[in-house]
Amino acid sequence: MSGWTIFGQALLVLVGGGVVGLVYRGLDRKIAARMQARIGPPIRQPFLDVGKLLVKETVIPRTAVSWLFAAAPFLAVLASFTALLYLPLGPFPPVLEGHGDAILVLYLLAVPALAMALGGFASGSPLGVVGAQRELVMLMSYEFPLAVVLVAIAWRLSVRGFAPAFSLGTLAAHPLWTSVGPLGVIGLAVLFLVLLVVTPAELAKIPFDIPEAETEIAGGLMVEYSGTYLALFYLADAVRTVVMAGLVVALFIPHGIAAAVGLSGAAASALDFLFWLFKVFLVMVAAVTTVRVGMARLKVDQIARGFWLWGTAVALGGLLLLVLDKVVRG
Amino acid sequence: MREKNRQDPEDPVLPAVEEARALTCGVPEAGLGETFAIPIGPIHPALKEPIRFTFRVRGERIVGVEVRTGFAHRGIEFMGMRQGRNLIQILYLSERICGICSVSHPIAFTQAVERAAGIEVPPRAQYIRVIISELERIHSHLLWAGVAAHELGFDTLLHLTWRVREKVLDILEELTGNRIDYAIPIFGGVRRDITPEQYPKIWEALRYYRGLLEELLDAFLRDPTVEARTRGVGVLEPREAEELCAVGPTARASGLRKDVRQDRPYLAYPDFEVKALTPEDFGLTPLGDVYDKMVVRLLEVRQSLDIIERALEAMPDGPITSLPKIPALLAHLKRAEGEGLGWHEAPRGEVIHYVRLVSGDESPLVWKVKAPTYSNLMSWYPMFEDQEIADIPIIAASIDPCICCMDRVHLVRSGKEETWTKAELLRLSWEKTRRMRR
Repeated sequence: MSGWTIFGQALLVLVGGGVVGLVYRGLDRKIAARMQARIGPPIRQPFLDVGKLLVKETVIPRTAVSWLFAAAPFLAVLASFTALLYLPLGPFPPVLEGHGDAILVLYLLAVPALAMALGGFASGSPLGVVGAQRELVMLMSYEFPLAVVLVAIAWRLSVRGFAPAFSLGTLAAHPLWTSVGPLGVIGLAVLFLVLLVVTPAELAKIPFDIPEAETEIAGGLMVEYSGTYLALFYLADAVRTVVMAGLVVALFIPHGIAAAVGLSGAAASALDFLFWLFKVFLVMVAAVTTVRVGMARLKVDQIARGFWLWGTAVALGGLLLLVLDKVVRG
Repeated sequence: MREKNRQDPEDPVLPAVEEARALTCGVPEAGLGETFAIPIGPIHPALKEPIRFTFRVRGERIVGVEVRTGFAHRGIEFMGMRQGRNLIQILYLSERICGICSVSHPIAFTQAVERAAGIEVPPRAQYIRVIISELERIHSHLLWAGVAAHELGFDTLLHLTWRVREKVLDILEELTGNRIDYAIPIFGGVRRDITPEQYPKIWEALRYYRGLLEELLDAFLRDPTVEARTRGVGVLEPREAEELCAVGPTARASGLRKDVRQDRPYLAYPDFEVKALTPEDFGLTPLGDVYDKMVVRLLEVRQSLDIIERALEAMPDGPITSLPKIPALLAHLKRAEGEGLGWHEAPRGEVIHYVRLVSGDESPLVWKVKAPTYSNLMSWYPMFEDQEIADIPIIAASIDPCICCMDRVHLVRSGKEETWTKAELLRLSWEKTRRMRR
């Protein structure tokens, strides 16, 4: 592929990712509102919000470290959008296939959280500092179970001889469900569950929205952000939701339906792509919307203990089951 | 882009923010670990009204707290004591002390005036006052439950609770004409009767809440995340509650059987033999934490339903006021001389009004209001001790504070806070008494 083709594809994916992210955010808000017996905002509301924020005044507090404070939102947006380029989009392989692997995606997912923490520390507001501390504690808590999930699946693939095992494209192209025994299926299901629990934590949504915790620390990390910077964070968050849901889909439910329906060629790709969008939507509703509607906000020590003890134990248990399955089946 | 926080020395709020900022950005305290100050308020999403907490925290742990009031003092008592307002006008003022307990203050105030002026209240009027005040308790406790859920980040529960609260507001509107500020008590009785057509509607609402109660208890008391956030949080030991003179559900959650309706029954309350509810009535050992406060308030919803039902069944016939003609009432009040104390168990606790009337004067010489939050303020200190930042909103909300009901004057002159010593306040009080005797 020539550089220009990649550039064109990348541009398409980035713009498309932004639009899909905002549409899904609108759907998420609408569905959550209906679950709470409210009418909710129109689905285009996130676009209006971002548009409005972009034309609003951007205030930098006197006490902030201004360059760091200003750099954080750009860092968050860049990392989130870059992660899109490593995401298999249903029937289409990642745009930057072969230029980085799943480990890179893990880092790209962590960068926006780090950027937000940096921004919080740099804001010079005590509420921002508390939010940033909480963000870091959370990052340290959920990263390990997340890594275990990814490593377990990549290891199982590499054992079967697929290379490069750590590429998300490879992971998505070879779903494991059918190629493992009953123990392996249980193990995969456990890992799937862990990833679904990690998803709202990664996205800092209730019950894991402690870095922002409106009623406690008034928005925490975001408390001093306004105007363009806030719009950038909003956009990064929307895109990160798609990336995270896309990651879940790529790892556990990458199956298409075109072959089953009997389509081929461009029509099959189009159908599978739509189906992929639908799967991403389903994962978002299951792991983000319903969870944030049905729970209270937890505390930072409860979250840290939960992930370090239970999250890690369960994830390692899943990994163990996969290993056992391999041993049993030889 | 511009710099914010421009300082205005005449503005009482900005120095507070600046001071908190100085605390934060200043040199960390010597010793183990750094502590820094977190200002909550006067304006903060967790607070519905202006008050300021300055928390000293180490990491997420609270090691000290300072509460400062005085941002919302409205001087209602002063307005009432000024010459030229008659008691009926002041009755409407008293109703506006609190929007949520908007019948509790008038009930205490009318009782105080009735005692001072020797006015009898017919039994039917007493029953109507009880019914309205118990309906108010239901709406207030449901409101609190919703707010508490919101403070925990559980907005779904907030929306659902406030939706079911609409029913009791509808009934109050049906009975009094208003959703809040009912204007129901007047000296010597009530302003509106409950008509025969209204009974079925009240019964229907009572049945609605009876059916819903179990669901409410389930949603609040048996939800794992709510329990994780409220159990063992904001503990007020029984001894502390007693020493700090906590009132209402705040005291009862700590196991104190303290309820004005039980201890000093008034109006028609002796007929219903109200018992103060504690978590023991739900089969729990009282710990005095936020969970227990939730238990007590939800149980009180059931208690209120019981009282209203019995009141509706036993409602006596007769007039609804002993002095129906307003000019005659005003003339009687103008002639009256003496002092009176009125009390009521508001949803938040005991509210007390003191009135002193002088013959020949339309307005009272003294009108003193003690809102329940005033008694509960001090219980915040032990409750915040050694808790986490994340617990601040729910602990602050757990006493169901009504800041501007209780707010007192806070003196800030040219950006500097002025503190009055006990001796100075005593001197002030002597001077005032001397002025009054003249």
